[in-house]
Amino acid sequence: MNLSKNPNLRRYLWPCAGLLLLLLINAIIAPEFFHIEFKDGRFYGSVIDVLNRAAPVALLAIGMALVIATGGVDLSVGSIMAIAGAASAYYITKGVDNLAIIIGAGLLAGLIAGAINGFLVGYMSIQPIVATLILMVAGRGIAQLMNEGQIVTFDHAGFAFLGTGDFLGLPFPVVLVIITFVIVQLLTRKTALGLYIEAVGANPSASHYMGLNAKAIKMSVYCVAGLCAALAGMIAAADIKGSDANNAGLWLELDAILAVVIGGASLMGGRFSIFLAVIGALIIQTLSVTIILSGIPPKFNLLIKASAIIIVLLMQSPLFQKQLSQLNIWKKKEANHA
Amino acid sequence: MLKLNPKFIPLAVTCCLFFLLFGIGAVQFEGFGSSRVLFNLLSDNAFLIIAAVGMTFVILSGGIDLSVGAVIALTGVVCSVLISQYQWHPLVVFPVVLIGGTAFGAIMGAIIHYYKMQPFIVTLAGMFFARGLASVISEESIPIEHEFYNQVAAFGFMLPGDAWVGTSTIICLLVLVAAIIVAHYTRFGGRVYAVGGDANSAALMGIPLAQTTIRIYAISAFLATLAGIVYSFYTFSGYSLAAVGVELDAIAAVVIGGTLLTGGYGYMFGTLMGVLIMGVVQTYISFDGTLSSWWTKIVIGLLLFCFIALQQLLVRGKPR
Amino acid sequence: MQNQSAQPVLQLKGIHKIFPSVHALKGVDFNLYAGEIHALLGENGAGKSTLIKVMTGVYQRDGGEILLEGKPIFPNNTGDAQDLGISTVYQEVNLLPNLTVAQNIYLGREPRRLGLINWNKVNRDAQELLTGYDLDIDVTLPLSGYSIAVQQLIAIARGVDMSAKVLILDEPTASLDADEVQSLFRIMRELKARGIGIAFVTHFLDQVYAVCDRITVLRSAQLVGEFEAATLSRSELIGHMLGKELAELGEHKPQVKTENADALLDVSGITRTATLSPIDIKVGKGEVVGLAGLLGSGRTELCRLIFGVDKKLGGTVIFNGKAVNFSSPRDAIDAGIGLCPEDRKHDGILGQLSIRENMILARQIKQGWWKFISRKEQEAIANQYVKELSIATSDIEKPIEQLSGGNQQKVILARWLAANPSLLILDEPTRGIDIGAHAEIIRLIRKLCDQGLALIVASSELEELVAFSSKVIVLRDRNKVAELDGSDINPQRIMQAIAAS
Repeated sequence: MNLSKNPNLRRYLWPCAGLLLLLLINAIIAPEFFHIEFKDGRFYGSVIDVLNRAAPVALLAIGMALVIATGGVDLSVGSIMAIAGAASAYYITKGVDNLAIIIGAGLLAGLIAGAINGFLVGYMSIQPIVATLILMVAGRGIAQLMNEGQIVTFDHAGFAFLGTGDFLGLPFPVVLVIITFVIVQLLTRKTALGLYIEAVGANPSASHYMGLNAKAIKMSVYCVAGLCAALAGMIAAADIKGSDANNAGLWLELDAILAVVIGGASLMGGRFSIFLAVIGALIIQTLSVTIILSGIPPKFNLLIKASAIIIVLLMQSPLFQKQLSQLNIWKKKEANHA
Repeated sequence: MLKLNPKFIPLAVTCCLFFLLFGIGAVQFEGFGSSRVLFNLLSDNAFLIIAAVGMTFVILSGGIDLSVGAVIALTGVVCSVLISQYQWHPLVVFPVVLIGGTAFGAIMGAIIHYYKMQPFIVTLAGMFFARGLASVISEESIPIEHEFYNQVAAFGFMLPGDAWVGTSTIICLLVLVAAIIVAHYTRFGGRVYAVGGDANSAALMGIPLAQTTIRIYAISAFLATLAGIVYSFYTFSGYSLAAVGVELDAIAAVVIGGTLLTGGYGYMFGTLMGVLIMGVVQTYISFDGTLSSWWTKIVIGLLLFCFIALQQLLVRGKPR
Repeated sequence: MQNQSAQPVLQLKGIHKIFPSVHALKGVDFNLYAGEIHALLGENGAGKSTLIKVMTGVYQRDGGEILLEGKPIFPNNTGDAQDLGISTVYQEVNLLPNLTVAQNIYLGREPRRLGLINWNKVNRDAQELLTGYDLDIDVTLPLSGYSIAVQQLIAIARGVDMSAKVLILDEPTASLDADEVQSLFRIMRELKARGIGIAFVTHFLDQVYAVCDRITVLRSAQLVGEFEAATLSRSELIGHMLGKELAELGEHKPQVKTENADALLDVSGITRTATLSPIDIKVGKGEVVGLAGLLGSGRTELCRLIFGVDKKLGGTVIFNGKAVNFSSPRDAIDAGIGLCPEDRKHDGILGQLSIRENMILARQIKQGWWKFISRKEQEAIANQYVKELSIATSDIEKPIEQLSGGNQQKVILARWLAANPSLLILDEPTRGIDIGAHAEIIRLIRKLCDQGLALIVASSELEELVAFSSKVIVLRDRNKVAELDGSDINPQRIMQAIAAS
């Protein structure tokens, strides 16, 4: 009861409980789920797999959480993944060996794309869905242009490490998520930026009266989202040792939005938690594992995901909460009569 | 009054753009400026025109429908299963799927209105749901083999200049005419524009918001289902991964057609022109031969940007 | 007025409306007769707009009765009210800018032929209808191309054409010029002659006397009274609106500032055409300058201009001895000014965020994002102000939206105090706040000025202004009409200045 009174704690309760529940189900139906092996300096096991697979969406969700906190949304992150992957692949196939240039090219591509989104939303006041739709459509064309329409494959051990390497026993994508998480968490919670972002999302007008520059803040969150997407795109490219402009990051923007929503954030903006967004990404990945483990064919994946979104959204809707509580009262009355 | 009514500016730009692009193609390539190419644009894009017409209603009302492509795929899968595996006659199947599709849209509309949720997230869930359902029914592509489909494919007539008018062209033109009548000559059409202009004012003027919203999404899903049926006429099959991204093409067509993405301004006819512009770009690129297909996406992205920027200027220039 | 004895066309009896945080109407009566123009007056928060929304079905009443021609009615939405014959025209013209004039007039009831809208008839009828209002305009163009005044008349035409018995005009003149107001009045008189009952909400007293037969005044969610316009003097009316029975005003006056107090803010000729004529203001260190005037007199506009929310179009501002030119609130904040805006919910609180965050944000912004105020310091600041301003809350982590209006206002005050300004502008600091908190905020203002903070306080509460101001500037119709100090600061003098015409 005390727990539910504190709004901050309550926010963490549901998503974490959801993840634990899914993990518990997995452990029951497949006892080997938590089995972790240490082999050749690296951990192996289903849990590690879940973490590794969730990494791209977790990265996107970190950026998306910030964007949604300002009351926006970024539909272009999937396309930005494709662009960043293509940019890195371009330099590798051109014979550049310097990893800093290769990674820098990917990150720069993401930053430019994010800045375009930020400019359209912040400075031109175009609705976020509309503004980011432009890059969502055109982005894959740009990536194809860089790839000249091919699926560009490459062989570069250093770059491949991003996707398949390991560090301290963990798959490198997971390490990248942790690093990104720590950086963004420090930036938003050890400086005032996080508070500024929440203020702009919670009440743009009041923020203006307090002297906040909402345009610059929006610009910066879309840039962060672009950088996160670029990182995710390079992981995806490194993983398959190739850049596929058509399929890299396809529909991942939707998974990222879903992860943030499952993490309890309101699409109207305001409070955010990148920790919960990452939990949301883990829930999505664990859910698909649960589906496989429980013997439901993987083709049910999408259907279950759709139901999950609707349920989470309904739980957030005040009207639905009211209807639920009325149902409860009704049940109680029933019980009293009996 | 020599001054052009400002509400016609985007539509005028769209029409000029189409004729300009078509003209450039006709000057540059032999055989481009023929009625055959023109009618091929129509028949190749018939399903997209139908879906985009539905999207126009939604966008006019200030909403968005991301489920369109998924509904097209689901329709194809359901049709192919019922026809090929259960041996239903297509003429029985079509009404059934159309009713189902319409109900699906109505439910999305109801959720959007009553639970005050953003259209994009609700229709996003709808998209996952429809694709999910399609892949649950079948992950494989199912061929449709039925005498009726052969008849449909053969039906049509030839216009002078080798221009073929087939079933899909006829259906899409009928849909367009019906949509123009509904949008511009019925009270419901007026309500769509009213809700898109300012939902609060519309409610204060006595517009029934719930009914209007539900109907708009029902129409969009109905037309997406119809587009799915027409799409199956091309492919003779149903596949759960078909028509990926059609919702984006439809949205792009609506915007390039001069409809304001925030709602309230636009014309059904513009949407037709929007689809045709995208088609001309594609045709031009294929005629050229040296340009690669990805330029289509980039050009469409640029067009989207230009039209959105134009709209922003028009809206801002207006005292409100 | 021939049918005074007859039954009112619209009668409201003992209307109550209770919102979660405030009791907005406490048993209000309102009687509107056919063929009269009836002014509904009151300051901000008096309950006018709530009362109108109850009449038009936007809100449902929580108590009392509404009788239309003697029969009780229960409008559930504006559609219901319109069907019953109650039409409303709002200040911010609630028509659809994207539709044509004709579409707006006939929306939802377009004449049809064979099931399809007969556009020829729609346009012809609309043209004819508007001719009756002396409007000769092209009805096939979008509404957005016409001035607010024309839109206003179109809205009235629509309302009346929908068989209105009662027409409610909610501040229709707020954005009209003098000629436009005159033509509106002519239409109102014509409609009155046709037997329509018109309720007219405005805050321009000249207009009330120009066109109204009777006046109903609300104050603090209660009915003050119903008066004949012909027999009620202007100063009596203002007395009723502002609630000065001029009895005891409690203890008086902060220390009168010495003449040679250093000028902190020296504004001369500040202006923004259309919303404010050139105005001069001087504020000394530790001085409280009151801004008096009715709603719409330019108080809020002046506050916004000084703070840099709107860009000034003329005049100079000298602050702390330096000529300054604020192009955004940020500039003003950096210079050491704070503003508590009038619309607390829309411009003040960050509803979802905690009391603590709401309090420290202005200070944080002033310091810069990289100089983060640690959680510990934040809590210390928040706890200090919760105690100092006696904010009633058990927990500084509570979202601010869960507090009462008075406590929210104190949090916003604390927000600015924490930013350590040398000048604080308070725009209607006691609006929508219950009596207890009201007194506390006034006490607080006095204390702040004792501590040497300079304040500009805009308020429609004369007692308030008298209680703490060392100088009062009176605004009327966006002009400065008086500057009072010393013994001139009393309710009668202020009221005279407001009322003089």
